[in-house]
Amino acid sequence: MENLIALLIAAPLLGAAVLLCGGRRLDAVGHWIGTVLAAASFAVGVVLFTDMLGRSAEERTLTRHLYSWIPVEGFRADVAFHLDQLSMTFVLLISGVGTLIHVYSIGYMEHDERRRRFFGYLNLFLAAMLLLVLADNYLLLYVGWEGVGLASYLLIGFWQHKPSAATAAKKAFLVNRVGDVGLSIAIMLMFTTFGTFAFGPVLAAAGDTGEGKLTAIALMLLLAACGKSAQVPLQSWLGDAMEGPTPVSALIHAATMVTAGVYLIVRSGAIFNAAPDAQLVVTVVGAVTLLFGAVVGCAKDDIKKALAGSTMSQIGYMVLAAGLGPIGYVFAIMHLVTHGFFKAGLFLGAGSVMHGMNDEVDMRRYGGLRKYMPVTFVTFGLGYLAIIGFPGLSGFFSKDKIIEAAFAKGGAEGWILGGAALLGAAITAYYMTRVMLMTFFGEERWRDAPTPSPAESDVEPAAETRGEYTPPHPHESPSSMTIPMIVLAFGSVFAGAFFGIGDRFLHWLEPVTGHAHGHPPVSALTVTLSTVVVLIVGVAIAWAQYGRRPVPAVAPRGSLLTRAARRDLLQDDFNHVVLVRGGEHLTRSLVYVDHTLVDGVVNGTAASVGGLSGRLRKLQNGYARSYAVSMFGGAAVLVAATLLMRAV
Amino acid sequence: MSAPAVHSLWTTAADPISKIDAPKIEYGQLSPTLIVIGAAVVGVLVEAFVPRRSRYYVQVFVSVVALAAAFAAVVALAAGGYGTTRAHIAAMGAVAVDGPALFLQGTILLAALLGVFTFAERRLDPEAHGNRVDSFAAQAASVPGSDSEKAAVRAGFTTTEVFPLLLFAVGGMLIFPAANDLLTLFVALEVFSLPLYLLCAVARRKRLMSQEAAVKYFLLGAFASAFTLFGIALLYGYAGSVSYARIAQVVDGSVQNVDPALAGTMGNDALLLVGAALTVMGLLFKVGAVPFHMWTPDVYQGAPTPVTGFMAAATKVAAFGALLRLLYVVLPGLRWDWRPVMWAVAVVTMLGGAIVAITQTDIKRLLAYSSIAHAGFILAGVIATSAEGISSVLFYLGAYSFVTIGAFAVVTLVRDAGGEATHLSKWAGLGRRSPLVAAVFAVFLLAFAGIPLTSGFAGKFAVFKAAAQGGAGALVVVGVIASAVAAFFYIRVIVLMFFSEPRPEGPTVAVPSPLTMTAIAVGVAVTVVLGVAPQYFLDLAGQASVFVR
Repeated sequence: MENLIALLIAAPLLGAAVLLCGGRRLDAVGHWIGTVLAAASFAVGVVLFTDMLGRSAEERTLTRHLYSWIPVEGFRADVAFHLDQLSMTFVLLISGVGTLIHVYSIGYMEHDERRRRFFGYLNLFLAAMLLLVLADNYLLLYVGWEGVGLASYLLIGFWQHKPSAATAAKKAFLVNRVGDVGLSIAIMLMFTTFGTFAFGPVLAAAGDTGEGKLTAIALMLLLAACGKSAQVPLQSWLGDAMEGPTPVSALIHAATMVTAGVYLIVRSGAIFNAAPDAQLVVTVVGAVTLLFGAVVGCAKDDIKKALAGSTMSQIGYMVLAAGLGPIGYVFAIMHLVTHGFFKAGLFLGAGSVMHGMNDEVDMRRYGGLRKYMPVTFVTFGLGYLAIIGFPGLSGFFSKDKIIEAAFAKGGAEGWILGGAALLGAAITAYYMTRVMLMTFFGEERWRDAPTPSPAESDVEPAAETRGEYTPPHPHESPSSMTIPMIVLAFGSVFAGAFFGIGDRFLHWLEPVTGHAHGHPPVSALTVTLSTVVVLIVGVAIAWAQYGRRPVPAVAPRGSLLTRAARRDLLQDDFNHVVLVRGGEHLTRSLVYVDHTLVDGVVNGTAASVGGLSGRLRKLQNGYARSYAVSMFGGAAVLVAATLLMRAV
Repeated sequence: MSAPAVHSLWTTAADPISKIDAPKIEYGQLSPTLIVIGAAVVGVLVEAFVPRRSRYYVQVFVSVVALAAAFAAVVALAAGGYGTTRAHIAAMGAVAVDGPALFLQGTILLAALLGVFTFAERRLDPEAHGNRVDSFAAQAASVPGSDSEKAAVRAGFTTTEVFPLLLFAVGGMLIFPAANDLLTLFVALEVFSLPLYLLCAVARRKRLMSQEAAVKYFLLGAFASAFTLFGIALLYGYAGSVSYARIAQVVDGSVQNVDPALAGTMGNDALLLVGAALTVMGLLFKVGAVPFHMWTPDVYQGAPTPVTGFMAAATKVAAFGALLRLLYVVLPGLRWDWRPVMWAVAVVTMLGGAIVAITQTDIKRLLAYSSIAHAGFILAGVIATSAEGISSVLFYLGAYSFVTIGAFAVVTLVRDAGGEATHLSKWAGLGRRSPLVAAVFAVFLLAFAGIPLTSGFAGKFAVFKAAAQGGAGALVVVGVIASAVAAFFYIRVIVLMFFSEPRPEGPTVAVPSPLTMTAIAVGVAVTVVLGVAPQYFLDLAGQASVFVR
């Protein structure tokens, strides 16, 4: 069985190699190769899963040592895999959702002439992501971590002919670098602290190490998680990442890669458990992000950006749960899995809408689409109900548990965190209802030619405004796109109940992450009831604003908060003023020092050496007689020096 | 000295001839040298008896076979343990057969083999009157520009004598690092120098410059030889013997039976010090160390480029071999006297070579100054006075000789109407026009500069490491600074080749025959292999690092 683990990664890696090196010959079959290999990886995952279920909870961990990667005295990095319940969960999610999205992309990317390359990148992503979750040490995890970063960069910038896509890819890459530096520092700290970076020894030794060091490691890990999972303050890249093709947004920037930070924190649970200060920071980051993302999600008219804000917010929930320690780890992962289903489904639905609407993304140009795209409407609707936490659907079970756990943190912290989580749930209900209403209900605003929007709106007016306007013909997408959506909708509906009822998921994951029952200051029922209440409030407000009244085709100016939220709560302005300007000033002063001081010394040296060279060169005058004199002089000096050495 | 003692000397000398033992010659152990010298003699006979049309082919054949056979003999000797356990002094104490000797002989033979390939190249120059011509004058004896020269060109003459000349030079070079007494050393010096003087004079193009170079080289070489010979005489006066072992014993003070006739002068330290200094000076002249380097740029520039390449590589190997043996076998007891002096020489050589090279505008002169700087780097290894010092120098010499031959072979390819285009300005943009040639040359330049993954780095690292361990840390610092200075002009050529616009009237790159191609390819291959995986060769040099005494 152990040998199969490598196969999980090998299949998509092979796909990536074949597709990216194969050249145009494979254009016709490239997408099938990619899809089959992704499915193969999923199949292997299922085999391993059934095998794992057949064993008792204590014997479920599999390890496979492939080879020694960097064996240097005292420093040992192995390519070794570690498959336990946590990794297994991720393997199934990644390869399962990944396969569905491969299938979806066959239809979605049909008219793209670089489709083969797209599937190569997708396979590369799968391989890297699986490596990330299967690695048995932090260094190998880092390889996967960078691998998914690369795949993400390539896929965001896939339509590189669009400057905005190229810029977005660069932005994502750069912001992620900040987090990656955190991870590399964490790994170095681990090596100096524990002398190794394999999960087993590091996590076992975490309990007996000084808290200061562990806090440092934990905070560096959190920085890494913030980068990859788009948490405040490294959240700014995720919105722009929606420039990538929609399947990419669904797979990488909603369901899987952005959850890598949560994986990292849960995997390193032992370190965080022993560093309560760091845990507090984690919960704060999670709570801030879940509100931040939700607020941004309320203001966006671009359907994908609204969903991106929602992703940020939902991952905020997971990070919050992960920061709560053993009372939250399992729920973080549970929400991660259910979120994987409904968010992927929502994105695929958004892609389907765009597919039928000539790639229009502005929700103010949608409206009344439920008649034209019934399958999309139903699946998207189920995803919507799941994400807002409609009782009985996936999100309800997982999110409710997190809110409960946040209250159970105890004391003022518990109230604040729980309150934030509850508020977030209300906002989620609001903005998701808004998306739903603007897209599928109301007037058919796409029938009229668009009017130029005020400069403040961040939605660019469509390019063809000047010419004769031909309204789009909304239509249902092909079955290769709708089937994955239907499958994901099933997951959105039933996964939560399946996991939550009878604490099935808890028993599955507990041996790895550990679990402690929290005791909320109010009863669980109260929490659940208030969740439902805020849900109703959020939906009601949205209905009042977007359901009862017609939606203006051009965004109104809006309040100060709305305008700020449209600008992603000024995240880019903040980065620009603080980091870019500050960086420029720093660079300029460094350049000045470099020019005057360093270059002065260097150029001065160079000039003097050059001058010396020119003068010495004159000694070489071409006359044998003067050469002979120099030899004679040299010999005399040589003899004299030798004699002198004896004399002294 | 008393009268009876003098009488006994007289009577000893007057003993019958029959009492002189026939010298014992180990032909097998001397076979590499004997093969090459024999082939050189055959080459002379070929000149005399083989028809002119086929001389070239016969000469190339004889040279290649002889050098290959000699190399095989060296390998066989090394495999037979003569490099390590069975190291031996052959020919009545005249020639050492030991690790350093065999290693250097092997290096010289391989360098000479590549040298023969470049000598034999006949496709670079345009055909003269329907005859393929090489880099050498049609008739070396004719006055440049005279009617007799034109007639010789018309008749399709070629100077095939270069091949036996090269073989004679190689013969001398093989003995030079193996010489185990001062007279053999001197004879070897002259045997390899005289053919080189001649070879320098026979360029087909720019013949006046070539002849000037040869005359300069000859005059200064003769001058240096005179110093050497004087030094040898003084050393003989000091030790009463020319044998290395014997002199070493006298220096150590461990000598047993002093010849009464020499008791008066023996052990006079002034003789020793002056003699040693002058002898070493002759060798420093050959390696091109400052301040005995002045011939190098002029000769490198004037000599036919294949000769320059061969000479730059093989002479340096042979001369450093001889210098190592002299300092490590004869004068180890004197090292506290010669080390500081050699320190100074190494410092001025490294810095002088590197600094003056900066303002050079001719590629051959540039490489000449580069070779001076490299002589300084190798001297740093010599100064280490340890086994690591020897092995690092051996490795460096091996690496350096291939880079040098390859680099000069590339220089022969870049040509314009006047022959080789050696002025640096003409190399501008070569990378655009002939990326492969420029890339190959860039590899050689990077190796000269000592950039990692080239043999230059491995060699430089080895000598600096040995020098630092030998207590010459300051020298290493100077060496690194000199390397930095040197990197400037190497990289400048690369920048010139790849990042400048090609000049419209720039040179063309001639397509060589497989001969030159082989020489360049082997040069690149060795450069890269020694750079990427140097350990095997470092081990080989390490095994060969013990001198027989």
